[in-house]
Amino acid sequence: MKAAVIVFPGSNCDRDVAVALTRAAGQAPLMLWHRETALPRDIDLVVVPGGFSYGDYLRSGAMAAHSPIMREVRSRAAEGLPVLGICNGFQILTEAGLLPGVLMRNAHLRFICRDVHLRVESHDSLFTERYAAGQVIRIPIAHHDGNYFADDDTLNRLEGEGQVAFRYCAADGAVTPEANPNGSRGNIAGVFNHERRVLGLMPHPERLAEDLLGGIDGAAMFESLAESLS
Amino acid sequence: MSPNMKMRRPTGQPGQPAQPAQTPEPAAQTTRPAQPAAQSAITPAVVAEHGLSPEEYQRILDILGRAPNLTELGIFSVMWSEHCSYKSSKKWLKTLPTTAPWVICGPGENAGVIDIGDGQAAIFKMESHNHPSFIEPYQGAATGVGGILRDVFTMGARPVANLNALRFGSPDHPRTRHLIAGVVAGIGGYGNCVGVPTVGGEVNFHPSFNGNILVNAMTVGVAETSRIFYSAASGVGNPVVYVGSKTGRDGIHGATMASAEFNEDSEEKRPTVQVGDPFTEKLLIEACLELMATDAIVAIQDMGAAGLTSSSFEMASKGGLGIDMDLDAVPMREEGMTAYELMLSESQERMLMVLKPGREDLARTVFEKWELDFAVVGRLTDTGRMVLRMGGEVKADLPIDPLAQASPEYDRPWVRTPRQQVLKPDDVPAPRDWPEALKTLIACPDLASRRWVWEQYDHMVMGDTVVRPGGDAAVVRVHGSGGEGRAGKGLAMTTDCTPRYCVADPREGGKQAVAEAWRNLTAVGARPLAITDNMNFGNPQKPEIMGQFVEAVEGMAEACRVLDFPVVSGNVSLYNETSGQAILPTPAIGGVGLVADLARLASVPFKMAGEAVLLVGDAIGGRGGWLGQSLYLREIVGREDGAPPEVNLNNERRNGDFVRMLIEQGRTDTVHDISDGGLLVALAEMAMASGIGVAVTTDHSSAHAQPLHAWLFGEDQGRYIVTVPEDHDLDAVMRLAAERGVPCRRIGVTGGDTIDVDGRMGASVADLRSLHEAWLPAFMGADGDLA
Repeated sequence: MKAAVIVFPGSNCDRDVAVALTRAAGQAPLMLWHRETALPRDIDLVVVPGGFSYGDYLRSGAMAAHSPIMREVRSRAAEGLPVLGICNGFQILTEAGLLPGVLMRNAHLRFICRDVHLRVESHDSLFTERYAAGQVIRIPIAHHDGNYFADDDTLNRLEGEGQVAFRYCAADGAVTPEANPNGSRGNIAGVFNHERRVLGLMPHPERLAEDLLGGIDGAAMFESLAESLS
Repeated sequence: MSPNMKMRRPTGQPGQPAQPAQTPEPAAQTTRPAQPAAQSAITPAVVAEHGLSPEEYQRILDILGRAPNLTELGIFSVMWSEHCSYKSSKKWLKTLPTTAPWVICGPGENAGVIDIGDGQAAIFKMESHNHPSFIEPYQGAATGVGGILRDVFTMGARPVANLNALRFGSPDHPRTRHLIAGVVAGIGGYGNCVGVPTVGGEVNFHPSFNGNILVNAMTVGVAETSRIFYSAASGVGNPVVYVGSKTGRDGIHGATMASAEFNEDSEEKRPTVQVGDPFTEKLLIEACLELMATDAIVAIQDMGAAGLTSSSFEMASKGGLGIDMDLDAVPMREEGMTAYELMLSESQERMLMVLKPGREDLARTVFEKWELDFAVVGRLTDTGRMVLRMGGEVKADLPIDPLAQASPEYDRPWVRTPRQQVLKPDDVPAPRDWPEALKTLIACPDLASRRWVWEQYDHMVMGDTVVRPGGDAAVVRVHGSGGEGRAGKGLAMTTDCTPRYCVADPREGGKQAVAEAWRNLTAVGARPLAITDNMNFGNPQKPEIMGQFVEAVEGMAEACRVLDFPVVSGNVSLYNETSGQAILPTPAIGGVGLVADLARLASVPFKMAGEAVLLVGDAIGGRGGWLGQSLYLREIVGREDGAPPEVNLNNERRNGDFVRMLIEQGRTDTVHDISDGGLLVALAEMAMASGIGVAVTTDHSSAHAQPLHAWLFGEDQGRYIVTVPEDHDLDAVMRLAAERGVPCRRIGVTGGDTIDVDGRMGASVADLRSLHEAWLPAFMGADGDLA
């Protein structure tokens, strides 16, 4: 798998996701500065990493969505190139129109960093095929603006088309208000595009992809990708 | 200066007092004192407003051989402020041990540097931002983080972790919630955005901090030993370059503010608090590290307190050179800024560097890529003078060494703190019911869970946090050190100080702060290497406050020597008083240690039921069950008296070395030091962190058997709880302890879901945990009061 990680001014999980990708694929990803205008033709995956692109000024992800490279990411995604957006990357993908909905300020208004439980809603994608449907995994979140919102029509469509990838849940898999860390509608933690070739999620799978760091539930996502795209 | 003087920005109004006329021929200025300038602006009142005493002003006249103009006076005032000159503390700081075979660079540079093997160095420092954080908690704390990050990456290190030691007033005080909410949000807002994990620290409460909170921020970075950057300028003619943010009118006289007491008018000082921009800081980190990978940089210094003034003077002074600076070239945020404002601004996210000749274009390319300002603002000269030009005029012409090195040094009068009586266990009443006392303690403000705080900090970014907040010390892997079957190596870090001990006996308290940092590093399995200190005290012009400082340094020095734990960097914050009320003396210690093999770590939670629980360390000379200044005494009995616990440094070292050996040999992975609240609180913390209970028995056989409450809640030093499997491992551990003369006794066994003492069921772990977790969120309110 040849992956490219986009680096914006203020990205700060670019190195972390590169480590996880390298571990899974045995090959380091290409790190692409946001002013580039083209992606190499032989790229299998684009990753938009977490961080605070442009300091989250204006609105999380809003400025990065208009960076030169994002025009290319949009057009290649339209051709079917897989794209993964994590945390700020998810925010950027919604701002760029690659995924539906928006990420608003957390309902309690505070930044929150902790492990949460996620229920895998669909394992039928190149990102999630190593998980079982309904599996409960533990992955950290670290965000101020992770409160997923979409209008009723959009939400119904997402649910109907199986585009909800992950939901915040309790340790036993129950999707409850108490397990919702940020106020997201439907406890949604991550969504696919219609073709399930673009995934955005607020939790950071790259942060729990190694036993020494406290867990490996995140590793399966990168292994799924490496297996599907090699 | 008058401690309660009302400070104003001397140039706060648009019409700055007229600049005295300057001598027109700059070349002549380097060979003779500048012509005495017109003196209209420099009155005794102006001198006093700059925080300079009449004696200090006379010294300025003697150095210059003439009167200074306003710009020059402003420069003297910040360079000679307590904050920049350490004039009250220097004499005593010199007595601290600062060397060891692994120390690469001790105090005097931007941060301390220690060798961590494999051609790598850890670079770290702690610094206070107390006064700004009280006035404007969000920005004060945020810029504190920004400043300490710059101190570390200035030296060539990538910052890998932040910590912070916070002290707030009484929870009952009307401002406390607002200050906590703002400080925590500010630390998180800055650290989270720059992408450096905030992994540890401490939070205490005491009414003495009601009008003067402490915000001490620490950064740890990692560099290659062959690529460490220092601040001494060299190479006459080399370009002096300004990078980062533009200069605005913010923070003018922040260093002077940090050197004065507060009063009811402190709100008026809000304009002297700077505003931070962590996004720019992130770009500055990446740009500096990118340029540092080339050979372009000769010297580099961040612009912290006193901004362009202190950075330029320090670089020139350390190199024995002069600088000819063109202030018109300084990137400015606003029009019409004066030389005075440019030199005294504390705008954030700026650096000054000296480049090798001909490397300007290379450096400019890097900084423009990162969308940062870059300007050549001067050249090094061999004159030893700082010559500032603007608008075709010389705005200042000052000799550098007398300003930077001949700053005042005071031997202020001091008196020893009267010692308090050692309390015998029987002097302190037993609780009606020990389980109730335990519940009260683990939910009291100083012991309740800090989760509400550290969950607002990104403590995992960078993907190397091995031990997260909440343990004895945080552990961060040195990036890239693992792999191929190796777990890699890690840095352990902690901040510690027990101000209630320090106020009762500053010498013992100073020892204890260093010893506790050493103990916390040891408890995770690290070899403690060095400390940074952040000395927070009241007004040094009062002999009893100066005495606290002197004695704390004495105690720290002794602990550093015995524990081989030198001071490599530090910061002094004096005048922490409001309306004459001083804070508890708080010499906060930031300790760093090395975990050679991350496969051999210990942590606080019990790992399984059925393990033997060992108490390592014992009462000193039969005086066990130390309740003087204990949290039990304060929270349960309602008293704050008695002598604090003694620290026997030789026992400390012996016990700690033994515990570390057990961890390194893989004999235990569960260790917790015994500190605030004593033995029972330590056991409860291990139980709450795991959900596994514990049953212990008192020692009825000992000749020194203590009353139960003293054994459970005494804060005797140099002790640890260790668990080991109940089999031959236990025998081996007991034998090793005996061989080394380490007191080590099996006091119980893990298991169940309650905490039991002498067969009596105390409290359920689940109940304790909910009490422990509930206090801070309930206190802060559901929405955290972000206003």
